[in-house]
Amino acid sequence: MARIVGGYATSHVPAIGVAMDKGLTDEPYWQPVFAGYEASRKWMAELNPDVAIVVYNDHATAFSLEIIPTFALGCAASYQPADEGWGARPVPVVEGHPDLAWHIAQSVILDEFDLTIVNSLEVDHGLTVPLSLAFGQPDAWPCPVIPLAVNVVQFPPPTGHRCLMLGRAIRKAVESYEQPLRVAVFGTGGMSHQLQAERAGLINREFDNRFLDLLIDDPDTAAAISHTEYLREAGSEGIELVMWLVMRGALDDQVTAVHRHYHVPASNTAVGHLVLENAAAAPAVAEVA
Amino acid sequence: MSADYHDIPGTYVFDAQQSRLGYHLNMFCMSLRHAANRAAFQADEAKYLDRYPMTPEQRTAVLGRDWNGMLRLGGNIYYTSKLAAADGITFQDLAAKMTGMDRDDYRAMMVAGGRPIEGNRSKAEWKDG
Repeated sequence: MARIVGGYATSHVPAIGVAMDKGLTDEPYWQPVFAGYEASRKWMAELNPDVAIVVYNDHATAFSLEIIPTFALGCAASYQPADEGWGARPVPVVEGHPDLAWHIAQSVILDEFDLTIVNSLEVDHGLTVPLSLAFGQPDAWPCPVIPLAVNVVQFPPPTGHRCLMLGRAIRKAVESYEQPLRVAVFGTGGMSHQLQAERAGLINREFDNRFLDLLIDDPDTAAAISHTEYLREAGSEGIELVMWLVMRGALDDQVTAVHRHYHVPASNTAVGHLVLENAAAAPAVAEVA
Repeated sequence: MSADYHDIPGTYVFDAQQSRLGYHLNMFCMSLRHAANRAAFQADEAKYLDRYPMTPEQRTAVLGRDWNGMLRLGGNIYYTSKLAAADGITFQDLAAKMTGMDRDDYRAMMVAGGRPIEGNRSKAEWKDG
């Protein structure tokens, strides 16, 4: 049977993708951002998952105000990196895993999570920046990807609690898939940031680090954070953090944090990064620094 | 629905009311994702805007690049940033414009840890400040 072998949470700031695409990662501004991803890239290479489920949000790219799915699962064979208004990122086409994706869709819908099924989807920086951080700059991504797009642009997004529950339903779905696939789950977005209006530039280190602590050891308390608390404390775009709770729910109740990184800023945003393994399982990979 | 987020200062929450107000404004911005549309818009902005039934205030805000005005009139930042991108403005410089700060001052604020949460939680705090 398939199983979840690791959780990988990271901010998905578009400027991080630009810095990688333009070879700026050693510049003084960027070096402290990327230094925090070196150990986890080794971890990911050793983990070598068969499939990655990437929980992300679309930023007015594939979805507009015409159709706003709260949760949309990609069941396509492949996904083209999108032109978001400044040209598409020079990254590989994202190959999908339709068989597992359809299995998950069926399982969670019958578990009463009313997902939207998507068979044609361009993916924006929300999905491709985390892949670049996790896998570097290969000619082809090392594993197929199942995108799970969460609406966090149109208020209200799903609650943190709903996201955590969906993650648990995804875990159940994966564990009922007959092929012995090893699956990594990505939660992306955040951490504190506000991109709009007079309060743009807001950062809240205390909130972010408390969120990281709770995500590891007390996800149910993290899941109870209200929308208004996110908006007020983490900035209007910090509410993306609900997506990390889907990843967390897909892991066991007890987890081990094998890597943690926090840095301010990348552009307008606090960068947070967390790598989790199930505590009960034998270490998925040898311990990283 | 009642909302308890209206006292957050300097922030437009893109809720149902804003979304209904800004539908055509945002769909105009969305169209700029495609290079051909960017070219058509840049060739004749007013004519291009005729394709979208916006209010006169929204048109004026777009043509005048009143970034906060667009948000107030129902724009969402992920949409209006596509207009900024078409103008060659980076996201960070757009943020600086919306705060009324010089771009270098804004960048320096971010490098120094960003805008602190203390004093920025509620409109009451901004009045006192």
